[in-house]
Amino acid sequence: MSPSLLVEQTLNGVQLGAMLFLMAAGLTLVFGIMNLINLAHGSLYMLGAYFAAAATNATGNFWLGVALALAATALVGAALERLLLRRFYARSHLHQVLVTFGLILVFNEMTRLIAGPAPLKFALPDVLTGSVNIMPGVPYPVFRLVILGVGLLVAAMLYLVIQHTRLGMWIRAGASDRPMAAAMGVDVELIFVAVFSAGAALAGLAGLMAGPVLAVQVGMGEPVLILALVVTVIGGVGSMKGAFVAAMAIGLIDTFGRVLLPPALGAMIIFIAMAAILLWRPQGLFPVHG
Amino acid sequence: MRILALAAILALVTPGAALADDAPIKVGFLSTFSGPNAVLGQEMLDGFNLGLKAAGGTFGGRAVTIVKNDDQAKPDAARQTADKMIESDRIQILTGIIFSNVMLAVAKPALDAGVFVLSSNAGPSQYAGKQCNPHFFGVAFQNDVSAEAMGVALNNKGLKRVYLMAANYPAGKDFLAGFKHTFKGEIVGEVYTTFGQLDYAAEIAQLRSKKPEALFFFYPGGMGVNFVKQYSQAGLTREIPIFAPSYSLDQTVLPAVGDAAIGAFASSSWSETWGNPQTEKFVADFAAATGRIPSSYAANGYDTALLIDAALKSIGGRIEDKAAFQKALETVKFETLRGKFRFNANHFPIQDYYLTEAVKDAKGRPIMAKRELIAADVADSLVGDCKMAPGSN
Amino acid sequence: MDEPVRPRTACPSRDGLVIAAIVAAFACLPPVANAIDQPFLIRVGQRVVIFALAASALNLTLGFGGMISLMHAAFFGLGAYVVAILSFHEVNGDSLGTGPLALVGTSHLALSLPLAVAAGAAVSALLGAAALRTTGVYFIMITLAFNQMLFYYFVAQQTYGGEDGLQIPGALDLAGLDPARRTPYFYVCLAIFAVALVGLQRVVGSRFGMVLRGAKQNERRVITVGVPAFRYKLAAFAISGALTALAGGLMAGAEQFVSPAEMSWSRSGELVVMCVLGGLDTVWGPALGAAAFLILEFGLSNYTTHWQLPFGLIVIAVAAFSREDVAAWARRAGWRA
Repeated sequence: MSPSLLVEQTLNGVQLGAMLFLMAAGLTLVFGIMNLINLAHGSLYMLGAYFAAAATNATGNFWLGVALALAATALVGAALERLLLRRFYARSHLHQVLVTFGLILVFNEMTRLIAGPAPLKFALPDVLTGSVNIMPGVPYPVFRLVILGVGLLVAAMLYLVIQHTRLGMWIRAGASDRPMAAAMGVDVELIFVAVFSAGAALAGLAGLMAGPVLAVQVGMGEPVLILALVVTVIGGVGSMKGAFVAAMAIGLIDTFGRVLLPPALGAMIIFIAMAAILLWRPQGLFPVHG
Repeated sequence: MRILALAAILALVTPGAALADDAPIKVGFLSTFSGPNAVLGQEMLDGFNLGLKAAGGTFGGRAVTIVKNDDQAKPDAARQTADKMIESDRIQILTGIIFSNVMLAVAKPALDAGVFVLSSNAGPSQYAGKQCNPHFFGVAFQNDVSAEAMGVALNNKGLKRVYLMAANYPAGKDFLAGFKHTFKGEIVGEVYTTFGQLDYAAEIAQLRSKKPEALFFFYPGGMGVNFVKQYSQAGLTREIPIFAPSYSLDQTVLPAVGDAAIGAFASSSWSETWGNPQTEKFVADFAAATGRIPSSYAANGYDTALLIDAALKSIGGRIEDKAAFQKALETVKFETLRGKFRFNANHFPIQDYYLTEAVKDAKGRPIMAKRELIAADVADSLVGDCKMAPGSN
Repeated sequence: MDEPVRPRTACPSRDGLVIAAIVAAFACLPPVANAIDQPFLIRVGQRVVIFALAASALNLTLGFGGMISLMHAAFFGLGAYVVAILSFHEVNGDSLGTGPLALVGTSHLALSLPLAVAAGAAVSALLGAAALRTTGVYFIMITLAFNQMLFYYFVAQQTYGGEDGLQIPGALDLAGLDPARRTPYFYVCLAIFAVALVGLQRVVGSRFGMVLRGAKQNERRVITVGVPAFRYKLAAFAISGALTALAGGLMAGAEQFVSPAEMSWSRSGELVVMCVLGGLDTVWGPALGAAAFLILEFGLSNYTTHWQLPFGLIVIAVAAFSREDVAAWARRAGWRA
């Protein structure tokens, strides 16, 4: 592998990692704080892309479309939490799996019903198309660098919020010991809505950034959901640091695995990695509880 | 009176019972209407409907019922839907299938049940060779052939180092195999990507590092749109020119990629600039009906409808006489958009191939302009493997 | 070991009657379908019986063992692929594998179905041994990952059609019967289903079943009384995986076509929905759940292409209103301290 190819594939891997982190951040907090398995997180990713594409096409302004989509996805997340999923925090994992599995069907079919079976058009503004030379003679698409940058920026912001603000302290308290946090006077209900809709907005952000690269289509959320679940579990449920480390690792392993390994192994490598890590540490790399 | 009423009720509750020769002909139209390739199914259906309209709304003078279903471009889903169309709807003709993997999953149960499979697009090598079947007709093309034509065209252009890419499914393999049959230069790389993959960043990086003189690729529909866009965003369009069969560079891909495709070449058995009167009429009628320039998929759908009509007309509409219908199809004469068309012994077409180039038309829209003839009366190389079983009812 | 192992409180003969009634009801389908000239219904019934077997098998781990597995679709697909691949090699006239492990292909289901069961048992025992080291949400996720691992394994098998699936090329044969003959094969599947259900009923009622349910409610307690709970759970997982693979093998016979889509993770989710729909605390419940699920899917899809919308709402309603939580499990399991 030549040095320029190595650099390019590393960038591709880190970019996938950044996407996965945006997805896993919401998942791991909802897992960690509300003890809820949310399989419908991939639907929020899809909705983010659809909202952004529809709003951009309607207003003719990409940036306005992005802002509207983030707000709309957060709103859907808040509504989902208040109206349905809060009833499931105390239920068994089985019921959580069921209700969110049902939600996937409903969100997919509603989207197909409203937006039609064909993918939505979602064009980038001229600033973001084209490519820049990352090394002499090696152009790299601008928008992929943007995805990478946004992912890392959000990761840094989340780190600051969670480690250095009061809100972050409450969230950390909620993740490691919920009853104690409630007893200490933390407004748990409010934290729940805030965390859920923030997680939804992050998933929506990932989705709307994937839209122009891939296709804004029904079912786009499920493949990335599976990867994000793998990331969450490897990192340790509830751990933001774990999610970040695992997202980067999975992004790189997947990208290089597909290029370097024989196809059968390349497609399975991340699942093998996950099984190996869980056998070594059954609670993930950075366990929060206990 | 009571017996009459009873008979009427019985006739109502037993949908398949009406076997009278004037019953409508049931055509199963199984195609891709959802996902990134949904546009392909719609194009083909629009073309097919226009052909049916041109035939006066009937096939061989008999009314037509179209049973339309979505195969989702997924072989397993298609298989289940096709089983229902065959056994519950009792279709007599199955057409509309875009993708070879879908075709390989549904053709066997359809043929086993005595249904005629008239493929308006997919032309997998299996059914041209060993598995050729008296009731299977490839109306559009055999996968290998347009790639073989492109191999000849690249030899003629004197290109020596070519990189190959295709989606990893039966048609992708057929296309690259066909290209390698005829291309005499060096293949510097050959990459198959997952069917339905939409992000080609890693593969494009790989391609660039090999520094080929040209790229030959096969990505139909949404895959083609994404691939050509990302290829141009990576700044490669001017460095390494692209060549493809027409099904990756036609009106299902060009409008979405815009200027990125200008200068690309395709090998075609038809394009919107074919220059015969029937094509001019078809392009005008299609634009009036849909507002779009027709793609090769629409043209093949149109041709399929005209073919069914012509064959049925010659036997007085008696589709129930399967041996007669098979014979009528084998010897059919109809006004094809392609100008020249006949079936080979394996029920796949013998037709001419031309080079086409992506240019802008008077309104600035990208179109595929007809260039030089690559080869005339091209048949596939698999016909020798086909031992066509005698027709039967 | 002072804890007495008591038989289940539920009346076993009543369960036996229900099983007999379900089998009898299924048995009526082919004559009815032929009478109204809708032979397609036999095909639908075929799927119902096969998925009823798979869901019943899953419920041994899910309902009685409390292990939420999202990898049973992988066992189902594995069984289907064993049957299809063996037939593929017989038609090709080559052998499968090399050296002492080489297997000659076969289109005889009497040979390939037992091999499918063996493969299901082996793979589920192996992967189960790894997965059962984790608990709770980690168990759900590791089974999901294993499901995807097997899914991608078969997607990558280009010889066997990869993602496009494999059309079984020749004619299969089950002791002289061609599975393509719909009605007799339907009755064969039904007979296998009936035997499996009776067998599961006996397993659940045995000491083994008691320990399994005890471990679900309180694993530590079972271990303290000196019973190796892990081994019991693993054995249940392997039995369950083997029976699910059998269902997959029967499906390959019925459809003559296998595809990785049979083993996607959403199919695993559907199997769980079938179990919950029918109830987790009886052996026969999941069979009814599978029937309800597939008839609903078939009926809704006849009316609208958007059938997944009402279907999803029903799944949500079932999750919201079923009272099948841990406490109810404990009450009904008849485990009293």
